[in-house]
Amino acid sequence: MSTLDDKTLAELREIAGRYPEKRSGLLPMLHLVQSVQGKVTPEAIEACAEVLDISAAEVSGVATFYTMYKRHGVGDFHVGVCTNTLCAVMGGDAIFARLKEHLDVGNDEVAEKREGDQHTVSLEHVECNAACDYAPVVMVNWEFMDNQTPDGAVEMVEALRTGQEVTSTRGPRLCTWREAERVLAGFPDGRVDEGPAAGPASLAGLEIAREKGWTAPSAPVAETPAVAAPEKGEAQ
Amino acid sequence: MTDATLTPVLTDMWDVDRSWTLPAYEAKGGYQALDKAFGMSQDDVINAVKDAGLRGRGGAGFPTGMKWSFIPQDNPRPKYLVVNADESEPGTCKDIPLMMGNPHVLVEGVIISSYAIRANKAFIYIRGEVLHVIRRVQAAVAEAYAAGHLGTNIHGSGYDLDVVVHAGAGAYICGEETALLEGLEGRRGQPRLRPPFPAVAGLYASPTVINNVESIASVPSIVANGAAWFASMGTEKSKGYGIFSLSGHVKKPGQYEAPLGITLRQLLDLAGGVREGHDLKFWTPGGSSTPLLTAEHLDVPLDFEAVGAAGSMLGTRALQIFDDTVCVVRAVLRWTEFYKHESCGKCTPCREGTWWLVQTLARLEKGQGSEADLDLLLDQCDNILGRSFCALGDGATSPISSSIQYFRDEYLAHLTHGGCPFDSARSTAWAGQEVTA
Ligand SMILES: Cc1cc2nc3c(=O)[nH]c(=O)nc-3n(C[C@H](O)[C@H](O)[C@H](O)COP(=O)(O)O)c2cc1C
Ligand code: SF4
Ligand code: FES
Repeated sequence: MSTLDDKTLAELREIAGRYPEKRSGLLPMLHLVQSVQGKVTPEAIEACAEVLDISAAEVSGVATFYTMYKRHGVGDFHVGVCTNTLCAVMGGDAIFARLKEHLDVGNDEVAEKREGDQHTVSLEHVECNAACDYAPVVMVNWEFMDNQTPDGAVEMVEALRTGQEVTSTRGPRLCTWREAERVLAGFPDGRVDEGPAAGPASLAGLEIAREKGWTAPSAPVAETPAVAAPEKGEAQ
Repeated sequence: MTDATLTPVLTDMWDVDRSWTLPAYEAKGGYQALDKAFGMSQDDVINAVKDAGLRGRGGAGFPTGMKWSFIPQDNPRPKYLVVNADESEPGTCKDIPLMMGNPHVLVEGVIISSYAIRANKAFIYIRGEVLHVIRRVQAAVAEAYAAGHLGTNIHGSGYDLDVVVHAGAGAYICGEETALLEGLEGRRGQPRLRPPFPAVAGLYASPTVINNVESIASVPSIVANGAAWFASMGTEKSKGYGIFSLSGHVKKPGQYEAPLGITLRQLLDLAGGVREGHDLKFWTPGGSSTPLLTAEHLDVPLDFEAVGAAGSMLGTRALQIFDDTVCVVRAVLRWTEFYKHESCGKCTPCREGTWWLVQTLARLEKGQGSEADLDLLLDQCDNILGRSFCALGDGATSPISSSIQYFRDEYLAHLTHGGCPFDSARSTAWAGQEVTA
């Protein structure tokens, strides 16, 4: 495993410097060390503690509180199946069960890398990811894979393992988990302009409004100073 | 136009080509409200938001302008604005598409709101599990700096503002505003004792306003079009528009931006109704922490007052729709497992209570236990509701007590049936397709 080199240490200090009080940098700093080492290592905990002038125990206490910080490594592609109620009911439970069986792993485990595989995949069940209108939802490295099915999810993980390029249904080409962690640390990767503005469900209401010519009330035309009394009863 | 059922304002950008970029936003009049705000005194901006009647869109519905006016301006410490973009309440899915499709309206809202409360530093705390959304907001902030909308002497006004985009790391409790501040200070996300309230001693013990994404994003439209324009939409005490999120067993799930007070019946009409061949069984008006409602409540105006009077809460307008194939016990058990998992452990009623709730519910779901367990559950809820340190504990009891109120017989059916009488395969998205195909 790579050690934390000078560049990383400098970036850790840079993150801390974004805030009026440097300890505020801890969450993004932990994302950064994960992007370098694939998990939160004892070395990384020491490094963060040193930059922030706090104890390693304090850093460790934070790292264990948040589910996105991993003490065991994850795959190059970390697959999170939403099994909160809405997605579970819509098929998330079936997707999770199928992937578990297919990958032969338990929750939060990395599937074995087979001969010829380019990449590793890990599986976790996740809570509501704010995409319920696309249920059932699967996240890969925290990108949306909307409206999944068990068969589709198996195909997707196979594509990932065999090194094919996979694109988020509502976002860019997938990057690796480590690359994703770097973006979360506040270092953009240039993929912002990939993917759509909105997926089909996001546009459901807007499309109806366009069709029917519905808009919000128009703004009062004459911009007379503060006391103007615009059309009151208009909404009725 | 006055009879428009839907009123796209925040969603209006979402079908524009490259809507997330600065040129696209400016082409639709973006960043013009900013100049108008700079032409007003800070207090006048606060008054406009008060007069508009904007109430917090993060769930509790606290009047936004009033919250801003609680900031003690004679306090010598710096003031901060913190945007709550943690969106994690089960069912809630409006802030994420908003930041994906229209991040600049949030940035413009941040600038105007910070100006109003005299903050020179603002933070946008986004849950970590939404990578592309974080990219879009990071880029919007960078573009705003490059264009002179952020930084020093913005638009020649003499006003300075810096914005930091901060990614969280997975913890539902960090949506609770004081836990969020702990997270933002680099600590475990556990709620703080109040008082002092964040308005007095928030981030770094300084006066702090915390608002939801949609609340802040609504501010530019209020400044641009006037308080009366905003207040012309909605109901008497719940003014303006809001994004309603329909999910689950509806033909066209998605985001519907409408004046507050629209009903689920109207929304379902627009969304093509409950999926073919099935009926509405239960729904959440505002996420899993708001008590369940049923088909009886289709005509309840979705505003803060009417949903409250119906025994629930408007919450985040997260309308999760479940049809007659869904076992309410299964649904409630899963939510309860969520609360148990997300309980931060700080207070006993919630930490221990959610554990016991899961035990009791799991037993019932398997058809074990007895009818007395229902009273046990209600007792356990009583020990949590109102005795927990924060609203997470209270929220955990909502699905349980409301489901027992409306579906007591279904719990009992598990006992007589010796297990769940439902076939979960019938509820899936693809089960619906097979039937109609
Ligand atoms: C457990 C819990 C989770 C919450 N999650 C969120 C959230 O994800 N987003 C949000 O804006 N408010 C959330 N809230 C509400 C916030 O505490 C706070 O009321 C809100 O951010 C205030 O903003 P508003 O007045 O603009 O609504 C949550 C509250 C609790 C108790
Ligand atoms: S109610 Fe639950 S989440 Fe809130 S402080 Fe207590 S233990 Fe933590
Ligand atoms: S329940 Fe799965 S994304 Fe909300």
